[in-house]
Amino acid sequence: MNNSNQTNTDFEVRSLDAMCVNESTLEHKWYHNFKYLLVGISFGIVFVKAEIVSWFRIQEMFRLQSFHMYGIIGSAVITGIISVWLIKKFNIKTIYGEPITFHPKSFNKGQIIGGTLFGLGWAITGACPGPLFAQIGTGASVIIVTLLSAIAGTWLYGYFREKLPH
Amino acid sequence: MLLIIGNKSFGISSSLRHICAACIPANIPFFKYEWKKEIWNLFFVGGILLGGFVATDLLANPQPVQINQALATELAQYGIANTNSLVPVDVINWSTLFTLKGILIIVVGGVLIGFGTRYAGGCTSGHAIMGLSTLQLPSLIATCCFMLGGFIMANLILPFILQLP
Repeated sequence: MNNSNQTNTDFEVRSLDAMCVNESTLEHKWYHNFKYLLVGISFGIVFVKAEIVSWFRIQEMFRLQSFHMYGIIGSAVITGIISVWLIKKFNIKTIYGEPITFHPKSFNKGQIIGGTLFGLGWAITGACPGPLFAQIGTGASVIIVTLLSAIAGTWLYGYFREKLPH
Repeated sequence: MLLIIGNKSFGISSSLRHICAACIPANIPFFKYEWKKEIWNLFFVGGILLGGFVATDLLANPQPVQINQALATELAQYGIANTNSLVPVDVINWSTLFTLKGILIIVVGGVLIGFGTRYAGGCTSGHAIMGLSTLQLPSLIATCCFMLGGFIMANLILPFILQLP
């Protein structure tokens, strides 16, 4: 496979993903990534303190025994809507002065089938991918196995991708 | 927030894919992309891990987690009495890992997360929070399916799994 070919497939694949398409055209040194590390640390602290990563809270949510998670997700969405609206309204730029772009997601059957499968996994482990990392951080070392299984699951998807209905 | 810092859409499950791409691409087109460009995401999840550590060990809260009494009673039937940690240590620990129950919860659950999120194109953060914020219909559909799967598991399947020896 020649190089230009590879780049094309690359973009096609990336555009289907939740992210990765907003590629910065600016080149940064690797240590610029530490700002994401800092954001990650603050997310991790919030995840634990707000008990978003609690298996018990997830069970309560799916048994309709507590408003906790609905409140958190709901307020995150509302904050998100307002921020996105503000970003668009005032044409806010990134800290490097690049315009912020949004990419529409396209619908496919994966969102229904995959979404339901993920829902099953979410309720059984009490974690979605972000909280998995936070749970490991809190000292639940066995969750490393869950994380490795999730990586294996992702790999399986990549392996069978062409054969799955989309 | 992340958009302002570096024009990044919020999405955590993709980190799993980057790890795949970095470690075991095995010639699969889905993993053939320049994962090094997405390394910010790995820094981000690394940060979440550290944040979890900081919150637990440096900012510890001595109060146990208050959970719904009905849930506590139900879980007690399955031998889950310790509700003080964030994960139910009575069923999720290294020694239960090698029982059927442990494998179902820890391993099968993990595979479902990895497979499901990538198939759906995102997880709670990417679809429910980021997708709904940008008012996208596919994300609403995906979020409804997450909830559907969750309700089925928590109410119908999990009680069965938990009563396994």
